Amino acid sequence: MKLKTLALSAALMALAGGASADGHGVKVGMITTLSGGGAGLGIDVRDGFMLAIAQSGRDDIEVIIEDDQRKPDVAVQLADKMIQAENVDVMTGIIWSNLAMAVVPSATAQGKFYLSPNAGPSALAGAGCHENYFNVAWQNDNLHEAAGAHATSAGYTNSFILAPNYPAGQDALTGYKRTYEGALAGEIFTQLGQTDYAAEIAQIRASDADSVFFFLPGGMGISFLKQYADSGIDLPVVGPAFSFDQGILQAVGDAALGVVNTSQWNKDIDNPTNAAFVETFQAEYDRLPSLYASQGFDTANLLISALETASPSDADAFRAALQAADFDSTRGDFAFGPNHHPIQDIYAREVIKEGDIYTNKIIGVALENHGDAYAGDCSF
Amino acid sequence: MIRESYLNTFVLALLIAVPAWAVVANEPFTITLATRAVIFALAATGLNIALGLGGMVSLGHAVFFGIGGYAMGILAHHAQTYTPLMDGLFLIEGTKSMPVIWLVAMVTSGIAALLIGLVSLRTGGVYFIMITLAFGQMFYYFSISWATYGGEDGLSIYLRNDFPGLNTLVPINFFAICFTILLIVLLLNALIAKSPFGLALNAARQVPQRAEAVGLNPQRLKLVAFVISGVITGLAGALFADLNRFVSPTMFSWQTSGEIMIFIILGGVARLCGPVVGAVVFVMLEHVLGDLSDYWHIYLGVLLLLVVMFVRGGIVGLIAGKHVAHD
Amino acid sequence: MTTLLIIEQVLNGLQFGIMLFLMAAGLTLIFGVMGLINLAHGSLYMVGAFAAAAVAGLTGSFVLALMAAMAAAAIAGVLVETVVIRRLYAADHLDQVLATFALILIFSEGTRWVFGSFPLFLNIPAYLSGPITLPGGIEYPLYRLFLIGIGLLVAAGLGLLITRTRIGIQIRAGENDREMIAALGVDISRLYTLVFALGAALAGLAGALVGAIQSVQVGMGEPVLILAFVVIVIGGIGSIKGALIGSILVGLTDTLGGIFLPQLFKLFMEPATAQTSGSALASMAIYILMAAVLIWRPTGLFGARA
Repeated sequence: MKLKTLALSAALMALAGGASADGHGVKVGMITTLSGGGAGLGIDVRDGFMLAIAQSGRDDIEVIIEDDQRKPDVAVQLADKMIQAENVDVMTGIIWSNLAMAVVPSATAQGKFYLSPNAGPSALAGAGCHENYFNVAWQNDNLHEAAGAHATSAGYTNSFILAPNYPAGQDALTGYKRTYEGALAGEIFTQLGQTDYAAEIAQIRASDADSVFFFLPGGMGISFLKQYADSGIDLPVVGPAFSFDQGILQAVGDAALGVVNTSQWNKDIDNPTNAAFVETFQAEYDRLPSLYASQGFDTANLLISALETASPSDADAFRAALQAADFDSTRGDFAFGPNHHPIQDIYAREVIKEGDIYTNKIIGVALENHGDAYAGDCSF
Repeated sequence: MIRESYLNTFVLALLIAVPAWAVVANEPFTITLATRAVIFALAATGLNIALGLGGMVSLGHAVFFGIGGYAMGILAHHAQTYTPLMDGLFLIEGTKSMPVIWLVAMVTSGIAALLIGLVSLRTGGVYFIMITLAFGQMFYYFSISWATYGGEDGLSIYLRNDFPGLNTLVPINFFAICFTILLIVLLLNALIAKSPFGLALNAARQVPQRAEAVGLNPQRLKLVAFVISGVITGLAGALFADLNRFVSPTMFSWQTSGEIMIFIILGGVARLCGPVVGAVVFVMLEHVLGDLSDYWHIYLGVLLLLVVMFVRGGIVGLIAGKHVAHD
Repeated sequence: MTTLLIIEQVLNGLQFGIMLFLMAAGLTLIFGVMGLINLAHGSLYMVGAFAAAAVAGLTGSFVLALMAAMAAAAIAGVLVETVVIRRLYAADHLDQVLATFALILIFSEGTRWVFGSFPLFLNIPAYLSGPITLPGGIEYPLYRLFLIGIGLLVAAGLGLLITRTRIGIQIRAGENDREMIAALGVDISRLYTLVFALGAALAGLAGALVGAIQSVQVGMGEPVLILAFVVIVIGGIGSIKGALIGSILVGLTDTLGGIFLPQLFKLFMEPATAQTSGSALASMAIYILMAAVLIWRPTGLFGARA
């Protein structure tokens, strides 16, 4: 069994000089992507999560970490194992919506708590919501809605929008259109995993668009941005944070400079928790934290805050403690809506260069205290 | 060297003994792993009929695996949401009954195998490998963009489907169902190999001209074998979806086709229990190596490489010798 | 849609096809000469891209990066050929599939182990970046024209190599009758290593060239690998000419299908449905093309009769 039970936390504990006497112990099952192409995101979530656990100084939180290889069937199998064999109380860690859809409904149906550090598919926010499912990142549409709001306030009136042809891509365009008030110069669904965007860029050039919105996560976004920058088109680009994250910005380079992207977190958000997080994360792992690391960190802190007042064995009390969200998040004010999804500010950021490192700085708030569009369909 | 029939008995006995131990020791996850191995073994046994008996190297068997999976997913999804599957000319309702789902899975994957076989068998050799791969990719991309049934997100079923008289949510019960099916299919496989059809197919694989000269139609024989093969892999797909209570386009991916083929090569091509041995060993490797390091794919790769370079005829060949029963 | 845009899109399809050709040429050569199904060809492409990114990062020179890419891929190729592949020529396709699949696992995770889990940076050099204006007023990225140029050069070079040189004669002879050329005293094992290294170097070059406008990441080789297989099967295995024509066909089908199928569907569907179902069909288009070609000509357009 890959029981990476926390040696780190134990060590820090010893330094702190003893266990915290109050609070309740818990067994956490983390299923995340640690091998293969998408491993960077899972590693960040894990590292952020474990940093918070270590800093809490608690040795009664046991974390079991498993690698889902980004395969839904493997994730389901690991979830079965954690529920049947390890008997965990709380689960977390999944990065991708399709894996979350495979794992979360049956885990919560079996009475486990699930805290999502990244994926927020609309099905789990609306009619398919569950009282034991808490999303600590965002509902999938949120960052796209913020991009639409930013486009509107920036005065764009004719956007060209594109995303891959799969559920998250279709949600992205829907989310953008929900808050964007201008007209559309074009709307394209690209192929999932597509790497050459010459044809789409030619269509953008031929249209009379005044701005471009895209949602192309991972390598797709890198390819698009490089090719777009090389095409000589200079229309402003807006997108969600996923293509402008700390992990991949270095691979995009100058092509990303000046692009506005939306995120609920950035390393320059001015609050003590965030400052300490950025500093300790860098000291511990020798790299700048990413969005995903911040989400992992916040997820762990939410869990720790709830454990201060209740134990998962008392499900109602523990759920109420989670719902209260009484913790200092890295993004400032954080609360749960009626469907256990965040209500938070979402910022517009701009890609800048600090020395040799590409990173983001906040240029404004795109949406304030923003919830999601599906809360109304949810009843526990 | 051990006789192949002893080895087969041993492997199947092991597949009973380990889950039985797991029940006693209260290790339900071991049963889940064993069930996974059994279902993979079933899928690979299906492919082995095309590949081992018929000499058709199909890199597209994920099509049937996926169709079986989606047959389960779609029927159970409609039953779960109380929406009719179709209410045009007839009213077709979804269902949560395993036998009905299996039947639908087998019929639909059989039809798909017939159509794909008709087209693909016009080619041969590497072209056959590649055209079956192409069909796999078509189904993969189609399922990703098929929004009605979840697209890339796939379909989640909250509760495992029902089997008359058994609580399928108890892991050992579901294992028993899958294992029984595997036994029946292995028996069928052995019968087919010894039947006039199997002998004719074998002749068509080895010397098509001579088979033709004695009045056999090699193409038709191969097509029939391909359809049987697709039906079995389709059934395995339905079971796999039920094991996970989830189905997604990954079941259609070329990696899935590749893995099903690897079970056979690892265990031994055209050996009755080759796919079983291959699937069991692969699932075990995946489980054990995964605990060693985040980079465990490297170990897996090296092991597979060693098998292919130094163990001709797969694991069954290594233990039971080179003799292939039906040659 | 204007004529100019259509011309530009045809150019894009052509360019995508040429990129595929760089990959497919090596694959078809290895396949034709040695009868080897090399699933690990995509890994050599990845090795090329990573080597280029590393060298470009150190030296800042794109030319050096390209050379490093070819060298690294060729070395990896020779290593793989002498250690593993050489034992498999006599084996059937199944063993080759398993062995090269295993090589993919080793290469991918090995690369991630060395370079980490995040994509690497590799960019177009300044002298090749930006668009230029073509006759007729089409603005087209210079780098993509450069890609087309390199691709055609490689095609011409391979053509000359095969038809005009001694090695070419041996390669062609090897495709026709392996035992015979061994009997004629050609060092077959050296020839195989050479062809494998050449194929690998081409894959590495393709990886570096494409990596400059795409994402240099682990797993980048497999999607291209599948496309390259489609190309060589359409063209006929072993035929360089077939690979060239096959890749252009695939490039054009993929690019133009992605643009025109959704438009076509809009004629008789509501726009939103047309957009998604058109895109869905477009993503299947090249596989449908491949199946159609094989139904029509079971050994590809320029393949020898089996």
